[in-house]
Amino acid sequence: MVGELVPILVLLAVAVVIVAGIIGLTHLFGPKHPDPVKLSPYESGMEPVGEARTRFSIRFYIIAMLFVLFDIEVVFFYPWAVVFKKLLSMGSFILIEMLVFVGLLLVGYLYAWKKGALEWD
Amino acid sequence: MVPVNYYLIVAAILFALGVLGVLIRRNALIIFMSIELMLNAVNLTFVALARHLHSIDGQIFVFFIMTVAAAEVAVGLAIIISVFRLKGTIHVDEINLLRG
Amino acid sequence: MDLSLPVIHIQSIYPQMILVLFAIIVVILPLFVHNLKRELLALISVVGLVLAYFSLINLWGQNLTGFNGMIVGDNFSIAFSIIFLVGAFLAVLLSLNTVENEYLNYSDFYSMLLFALVGLLMMVSSTNLLVIFIGLEILSISLYVLAGIRKMRVDSIEASLKYFLLGAFATGFLLYGIALLYGASGSIDLVEIGKYIQANGFSGTFILAGAAMLLIGLSFKAAFVPFHMWTPDVYQGAPTPVTAFMSAGVKGAALAVLLRFVWTIAPLSKADWTIAIWIIAFLTMTVGNVVAIAQSNVKRMLAYSSIAHAGYLLVGVLAGSQLGQASIMYYLLVYTMMNLGAFGVISYLGNSNKQENLNLRDYRGLGFKHPFAGLAMAIFMFSLAGVPPTGGFVGKFYLFNSAIQAGYLWLVIFGVMNSVISAYYYLRVVVNLYMHEPEKEVAVPKASLGLSFALLIAMVAVLQMGIMSSSYFEFFRQAVIAMP
Repeated sequence: MVGELVPILVLLAVAVVIVAGIIGLTHLFGPKHPDPVKLSPYESGMEPVGEARTRFSIRFYIIAMLFVLFDIEVVFFYPWAVVFKKLLSMGSFILIEMLVFVGLLLVGYLYAWKKGALEWD
Repeated sequence: MVPVNYYLIVAAILFALGVLGVLIRRNALIIFMSIELMLNAVNLTFVALARHLHSIDGQIFVFFIMTVAAAEVAVGLAIIISVFRLKGTIHVDEINLLRG
Repeated sequence: MDLSLPVIHIQSIYPQMILVLFAIIVVILPLFVHNLKRELLALISVVGLVLAYFSLINLWGQNLTGFNGMIVGDNFSIAFSIIFLVGAFLAVLLSLNTVENEYLNYSDFYSMLLFALVGLLMMVSSTNLLVIFIGLEILSISLYVLAGIRKMRVDSIEASLKYFLLGAFATGFLLYGIALLYGASGSIDLVEIGKYIQANGFSGTFILAGAAMLLIGLSFKAAFVPFHMWTPDVYQGAPTPVTAFMSAGVKGAALAVLLRFVWTIAPLSKADWTIAIWIIAFLTMTVGNVVAIAQSNVKRMLAYSSIAHAGYLLVGVLAGSQLGQASIMYYLLVYTMMNLGAFGVISYLGNSNKQENLNLRDYRGLGFKHPFAGLAMAIFMFSLAGVPPTGGFVGKFYLFNSAIQAGYLWLVIFGVMNSVISAYYYLRVVVNLYMHEPEKEVAVPKASLGLSFALLIAMVAVLQMGIMSSSYFEFFRQAVIAMP
């Protein structure tokens, strides 16, 4: 019960101590020579070209929405796949069932396609 | 093994946080995220109970809650974007055209 | 793991399948055939509705259970389904009017309407909470879209956002309630949960909290006080046919689920929570009627009136008898007719250039200039107020009668008092139509044939149900849930 959680707590404590210790030590002993280049977010990277908080094209949003919708259907495929082999021996019901499901998904896909949601410009 | 009560308590706390978020936050997106938190609290409850009861129903329920939540996200975000396009804000206090 | 194929009885979901098929046709066809007329899409939807109606009639009396008990095709579900079909049929006709010209996309509109109907049918035709939940979500998501379908109008989108946020919030409560009930009883089927409660009593944190949360979730959806705040805003902002369909459909489905819940889980005579429903019914009637008096916008007034009617319907739930069930179905049918009719007249008298003429002042003197719409509105208002010989009167009589037989005299007295209050604001509409001179010239576009037809049907039905009520009532008497 609760006793079984003690190792996790110990691990957590050790992790915190080590991380805090290393950060604290470098903070104490490390050399500090700040200058504008060093304080920039990516010291040895490219110069930032603009604000990160610009507005994105609405296209990204539509693609993301389609992704969420079609991605989540996978939850139904996995349980189906687990029992597929056993149930197939009892007739094709399980196959037809999934074909109906995929058919309905295809209707949604067709709609998105014909409405132009998949075109970039 | 961690007893089922612990999971239920965590889920209840999450659910309460979600309700609190819906009631006190005024940004439509944050309200929406709080609602998602409530749904996930329900998912946790279902999974914990399904394990505790050795019953599969709860797990199946979680699948459906997840898909329905995804459908809700798609429609909800579309509505929120439409609101932003028309009003320039998603602050619910400023969305007050309709009142008696 | 032992696996076996479930007993399907595919015909038990023929109505739902037909509706889904037609919803898909309506949304896909315009993508391939351009310039389809709105009337044609409406016609296709109506064909779907008619086919679904016949497949429902076919199921009558068979008491089929399909999909291992997930789908219950009893008369109860069929009667509710028929009421919803009638509502959807009238909503399709309502949408044909000129003032409803700005949806931009009719195929989406009809398709979503049919999907919403599928959700309603799913909700009433199961005792399994999973199926009820899925039905509820199909319904709700379609309605979020429908409420905001005039996507260039701020009020429509605002209504959609409000409905969406509160609807999703309510869903959270409903689900948590289901989870708790499942935790206590180990099942998500209402019948199994009912057996558990009969063995162990209606007690325990899980059962009590679960039932309460389920009740809260349903109350949000059906707009019972104190969970009604969203109703007026959403009803005002949504397109009129959608409002009409929503007011009758969602309420009916929530009540059907509540009835099943009450009958299978907690026979009301034994349960302590009668008092909770008593209070909700009283508050819903009173708040709805009192606030409606203060409204000058007709659509908003009808929104509060619909809250009040939810209260009357709850009186029937409280009666907890088969008489109460039949009364609820009867009243729901009358309510569908008169409410969709009233919204139809609003659409009829609307102006085509985005002005909907929604204020009471706009209606002054219109009764004589547009005799048909005026007469229809008068009949619907009399029926909503419960004046004989309309169906509204008989429906209220049945409801209150069933409550008196169950011993809820005081609630019935409050209900009758509420009816008297409501007569004031309903009749005010009629007074404005006939007894005032018009203040300004109101341009009313030519009404479409479909809308006029819908008004005619609703008018005849309201009168017929008032005069020949017994045949309808006998029909619903056969549709009640059997004693558990």
